[in-house]
Amino acid sequence: MFELTRTIKYEADRVKGFGREVTSVPGCENLETCIQCGTCSGVCPLSIYMDYSPRQVMALVRSDFKNEVLRSHTIWLCASCYACTSECPRKIRITDIMYELKQRAMHEGIYPRKFPIPVLAQEFTKMAHKRGRVTENFLATILFLKTNIMAALGMWKLGLGLLTRGRFPLKWESIKRRSELDGMMKTVDNISIDALPQAQHHGHKHNGGH
Amino acid sequence: MKYSYFPGCSLKGTGRAYEESIIPVMKALGAELEELDDWNCCGATAYMAVDEVKACVMASRNLAIAEKAGNPEVLAPCSACYLVLNKTKHYLHDSPPVAHVVNQALKTANLTYSGNTPVRHPLDIIVNDIGLEAIKKKVKTPLKGLKVAPYYGCQMVRPYATFDDQYNPTSMDRLFQALGAEVVRFPLKTRCCGGSLTGTLPEPGLLCTYIILKEALKRGADVVATVCPLCQFNLDAYHDQIAAKWEPARIPTVYFTQLMGLAFGMDPVQLGLQRGFVAMKPVGQAAA
Repeated sequence: MFELTRTIKYEADRVKGFGREVTSVPGCENLETCIQCGTCSGVCPLSIYMDYSPRQVMALVRSDFKNEVLRSHTIWLCASCYACTSECPRKIRITDIMYELKQRAMHEGIYPRKFPIPVLAQEFTKMAHKRGRVTENFLATILFLKTNIMAALGMWKLGLGLLTRGRFPLKWESIKRRSELDGMMKTVDNISIDALPQAQHHGHKHNGGH
Repeated sequence: MKYSYFPGCSLKGTGRAYEESIIPVMKALGAELEELDDWNCCGATAYMAVDEVKACVMASRNLAIAEKAGNPEVLAPCSACYLVLNKTKHYLHDSPPVAHVVNQALKTANLTYSGNTPVRHPLDIIVNDIGLEAIKKKVKTPLKGLKVAPYYGCQMVRPYATFDDQYNPTSMDRLFQALGAEVVRFPLKTRCCGGSLTGTLPEPGLLCTYIILKEALKRGADVVATVCPLCQFNLDAYHDQIAAKWEPARIPTVYFTQLMGLAFGMDPVQLGLQRGFVAMKPVGQAAA
């Protein structure tokens, strides 16, 4: 009638040093003190949809199961509501660890491909960088065209509703001094944060796109 | 008092009604909002997922422009902007390497950041600085009989909880009582609305939204009040999808500033109330 399945993870598939790398990122240090109480999974409004619960992600990171974590849906389902961070008895900044894992998954290109969430993050970032501001309705349009054209067609009624209510701007929002912002970002690209004297930023090796 | 006003992208687009209501309401309370010159996107949750340091650079440009503007405080009505700007202040304070990179980037734009300009949410300013007594004096048409579900969402109260409790905030509850409304008990007041998931993965995203709307209806609320443009959008714009997936859960969702404006006797259209997908009944008829 029904089938019970179980995913087996092998010790030999671990990527030695991954856990240490993540816990050395400023803000992620407390992960080492996790007592696996599961409060994070209990308060998370999205854990019922996750392949690994937040508690499991904490354990997997600490035990170097890099591939399992970076390919998981969990890190992308986190909507940054900070409920886990607020409730964690060990004061682990779980939301920030999820951000760190998202960055790593994106940098290594191993996030689940069919997931529209990383695409949204990338398109959002591109638009914010280029224009200085985000025009939400255009961002949503680009997202749907890139990920799911059928869903875009299904959204015509919502778009029309926004339009008639004056909530769908027809021109791009941009800042005036776009070159100023671009110059700032180029400065970041030219600094290696890990080469800085006080840097304990092992976690930002992938920063800056170089 | 004059504030540097950081609207953020939503208040110029889908969340226009928030801006349309906050400016006249703050003006009525003697506060002037001066829009930050050439402000840019705060980075929101998306930028943090791609590149944390660049996300801090985006946010810090705004913080530096605000310092240049010289007003003592920044007012950020959008919860995501409020969180990201404050989070960046924490990062710059806690992480010297991040601060170093950010300062180098600011230098190329002839900007500096000292950390002396607080970023505050209008609800904080309204309840704690202006005060409920001053607000009561401005009420012309009390919201008698209106049952409000106060929905705070997540990013205004978490993780920093600078001005209210992160599990059971009460600022808005007390504000609506001062306006003459009835506040329903609403234990889901800080539960996640689904954030941007409503647009990317409807099943988990819209379930978050549906649960909040359904709970508000079960509690007998006439209206849900929000402090965040994304919460307002999620609770207001997806009723068709929610009805198709589960069942109709139609209840209007408005900004807390719109309810304040109504109590101050302002015109509903001036406050942007016509922009909602579910119309709010005129106060007085709501209880009928």
